[in-house]
Amino acid sequence: MTRGIQHVALVLMGCFGLLFVQLNRIQVFDAESLRDHPENTRTVQRDFERPRGRIVTADGVVVAQSEAAEGSFDRLRVYPEGDLYAHSAGWFSFNLGADGVERAWNDQLSGRTAGLQLSGLAGVLDDREEIGEVVLNLDHDIQLAARAALGDRRGAVVVLDPRDGAVLALWGYPSFDPNELAGFSGGEVNEAYRALLDADGDPLRPPTHREIYFPGSTFKIVTAAAALGEGVVTLDQPVFPEVESYQPRFTDRAISNFGGRTCGGPLRDLVRQSCNAGFAQIGAELVGDVALVRTAEAFGFNAVPPLDLPNTVASVMPTDFGIQLEEPTEEVPAGVVSDVPRLAQASIGQNDVAATPLQMALVAAGVANGGRVPVPRVVDRVLDARGRAVESTAEGTWRTATSAAVAAELREAMLLTVADGTARTMARDGWVVGAKTGTAQVGTEPPRSHAWMIAFAGRVGQAPEVAIAVLVEGLDGSVDATGGTVAGPIAGAVLDAVLEP
Amino acid sequence: MKPRNVELGLLLLAFIVTISASALTALGRTADLPVDFVPFLIAVLLLLLAAHMVVRRLAPAANPLLLPLAALLNGLGYVMIARLDPDLAANQSAWAFLGVAGFSLGLLILPDPRKLEPYRYTLALAGVVLLLLPLIPRVGVEINGARIWLRVGSFSIQPGEFAKVTLAVFLASYLVEKRELLRVSTRRIGPIHLPDVKHFGPMLLALGVALLVMLAQRDLGSSLLFFTLFLSMLYMATERVAFVAVGLTTFAAAAVLAWSRFSHVQRRVDIWIDPFADAKNAGFQIAEAAFALADGSISGTGLGLGTPGKVPFAATDMIFAAIGEELGLLGASAVIAAFILFCTTGFRVATRAASDFETLLAAGLTALLGFQSFVIIGGVIRVLPLTGVTLPFVSYGGSSLLANYAILGLLLRISDRGEQAA
Repeated sequence: MTRGIQHVALVLMGCFGLLFVQLNRIQVFDAESLRDHPENTRTVQRDFERPRGRIVTADGVVVAQSEAAEGSFDRLRVYPEGDLYAHSAGWFSFNLGADGVERAWNDQLSGRTAGLQLSGLAGVLDDREEIGEVVLNLDHDIQLAARAALGDRRGAVVVLDPRDGAVLALWGYPSFDPNELAGFSGGEVNEAYRALLDADGDPLRPPTHREIYFPGSTFKIVTAAAALGEGVVTLDQPVFPEVESYQPRFTDRAISNFGGRTCGGPLRDLVRQSCNAGFAQIGAELVGDVALVRTAEAFGFNAVPPLDLPNTVASVMPTDFGIQLEEPTEEVPAGVVSDVPRLAQASIGQNDVAATPLQMALVAAGVANGGRVPVPRVVDRVLDARGRAVESTAEGTWRTATSAAVAAELREAMLLTVADGTARTMARDGWVVGAKTGTAQVGTEPPRSHAWMIAFAGRVGQAPEVAIAVLVEGLDGSVDATGGTVAGPIAGAVLDAVLEP
Repeated sequence: MKPRNVELGLLLLAFIVTISASALTALGRTADLPVDFVPFLIAVLLLLLAAHMVVRRLAPAANPLLLPLAALLNGLGYVMIARLDPDLAANQSAWAFLGVAGFSLGLLILPDPRKLEPYRYTLALAGVVLLLLPLIPRVGVEINGARIWLRVGSFSIQPGEFAKVTLAVFLASYLVEKRELLRVSTRRIGPIHLPDVKHFGPMLLALGVALLVMLAQRDLGSSLLFFTLFLSMLYMATERVAFVAVGLTTFAAAAVLAWSRFSHVQRRVDIWIDPFADAKNAGFQIAEAAFALADGSISGTGLGLGTPGKVPFAATDMIFAAIGEELGLLGASAVIAAFILFCTTGFRVATRAASDFETLLAAGLTALLGFQSFVIIGGVIRVLPLTGVTLPFVSYGGSSLLANYAILGLLLRISDRGEQAA
């Protein structure tokens, strides 16, 4: 019988050997593809079941937190402020994934970063969870002011600290209540999601950093920066003629001033009055396509801003204006390109130029910050369970848009626009406020336009401490004053919240 | 070193592994030790020491590896079950105590396994009756599609687990007596020489009833195991390849027939071939097991840190996936290694046994336990189609645990007698 037993034992060992081979296949060689398998819901479920850190504003208001719950999971993600932070903090859903800070900072919130793991290791014996609390730069009062000021008009408000890029407010209307997407019932969540997808104004998509709009006259700051940077103008020279319109070459369509007004003068007056004709001429004849594109890109156009939120989009500055037909001359230092009509339109923020409200806030911030465009940061720092900072977002300069001297001249022109120009509604007692209005035509039949305001503000004798961009979408009519009268009071109300805490 | 002292040392190792695993699981889940941790620690220690003292008194010369290996597998399984479902864990600990008690009682009242031989037909009949019981209306209940359970008070018992042991005793006794006759060929079918049918009669009858009953109960796993037990014991007794050839051919034919006739068999095979084709429904269990094992990778997620509860039946049939997820390839390989060690030790006990009957019984029981672990682990990791059987000592299940402790007791008794005689 011994031989028989040996044979059976051998067969059995062969069977166990097979198990070992297959186990290696599943756990080692195929493990990666199994983890990425479309049917595998473990990663998202694991995050859903794990404890998850809170998201709080700079002034300590809870934006998102996990609460003990009965049901399919032990915890329910709750957003006490409803729609207020839907476009920044975002949402976290079992069925749908996540967006906003909930997505971009998922590893920190669920405690999967090395720093948090280390501090969790030390805390094993005192019953702490190694999850991170994410502290935003957003300020609750400013965010509330932005929501109240914009009201139920479609649009966006972006507020930055130009010195360090801290995003102080990020509000878009329409918004939505992220609690609807965080529930346990897959059916209800999917239904809410579909309803939001179909809803008017696409509330799921933050207009602040995922939509681009014609920037209109706010873009004239970029054109002015290009002109000053190229040295083809100063604030005082040359003096442009008082005209109703500017006629680019190769087209019979003139670029008119709003309402057929007459305007002209040196650059400071062109900015103050938001003079279309003068800026079209500067862009087409003095700056030229190369310098205008270079300057726009130096402000951040054609690149995705390094905002710490997912799916931020790039603003667009067209780069192809045809071929060079005439060499630069003393009279026309830009030379002449074949597509000079488009170049003239681009110089006043029309044609194919399109920007996110975030990008225009960065333009204001760059001007306010001595020409340096800061890296925009929604999140300030991550705290561990003991409240120690384990991670901080780095302040930094994203782009150097202009020299300090040119930035100072641009600030001067924007201050003048508030003191005695189209942005008079922005004046704030005791504060230094510079601004630029914009009214971007988006249709003629019937006439519709976006109202814009970009601004900076600070204390007398000190560097500006806030930069802001306000957009109100698709208003009926098209008059020069729209930017100042519609967007201005919104920006002003938000500035009040920043400046008078 | 004396075998009992070796056993004591190894038992202490198994104790440390179990206790550490339990502590790590609790820390992984709640970052805190449970309040009843010290009582648990004392209970495990007392149980293992009690088992050890029983063996020291009643089977002093027995092999020192078997009890510690069983304790290790039982302990690890218990920790996993407790992590998956604390209610099941309470039952499982009660069954473990009963198992050790039964195993002690067995060693006490059965100083010589050959005393079982006169009762072999009784045991065979008992096995068949045990298998038939669940088919009786009101007594038997169907759970998860298989009618293999008896409802006794608030407990459900799986009598088939015990039938395996009684049938192994019957086969050992019968085959040892008839093996010379079975080695002589009186009939010839083609190239294959076979002995007279009359020597086969009672055995084939017992097996046929067993297999039929189990097909009627839709318990494919157990029928596969009975067949394997029968075939391996027949081969070990006679050392004739012809039996294996006939057996495997019959099995293949039966498998094809079952596959073509029964939709539930076809579904099992389809799932085995591609569990991901319908990963949300039919293939869910196997697909989730693969995802769990992939999550575990080499070193595992860590005890208490994975999500093994996602796999249906994680505490019973699929417990190997839970172990592979939280302990990784290393932990899962250690479990396989423990089974390899247990089986090689069991076969060694068989070859050193005091009588032929004991040799064949030890080898048969070892083969039964070994192939059962192969069938269920192979089912979980897609080496075979999944058939629901328990992983010996590890899975949740009272009947299975009691039956496995009975096997352990028999092996220890046979080993003790073999070493005493040597």
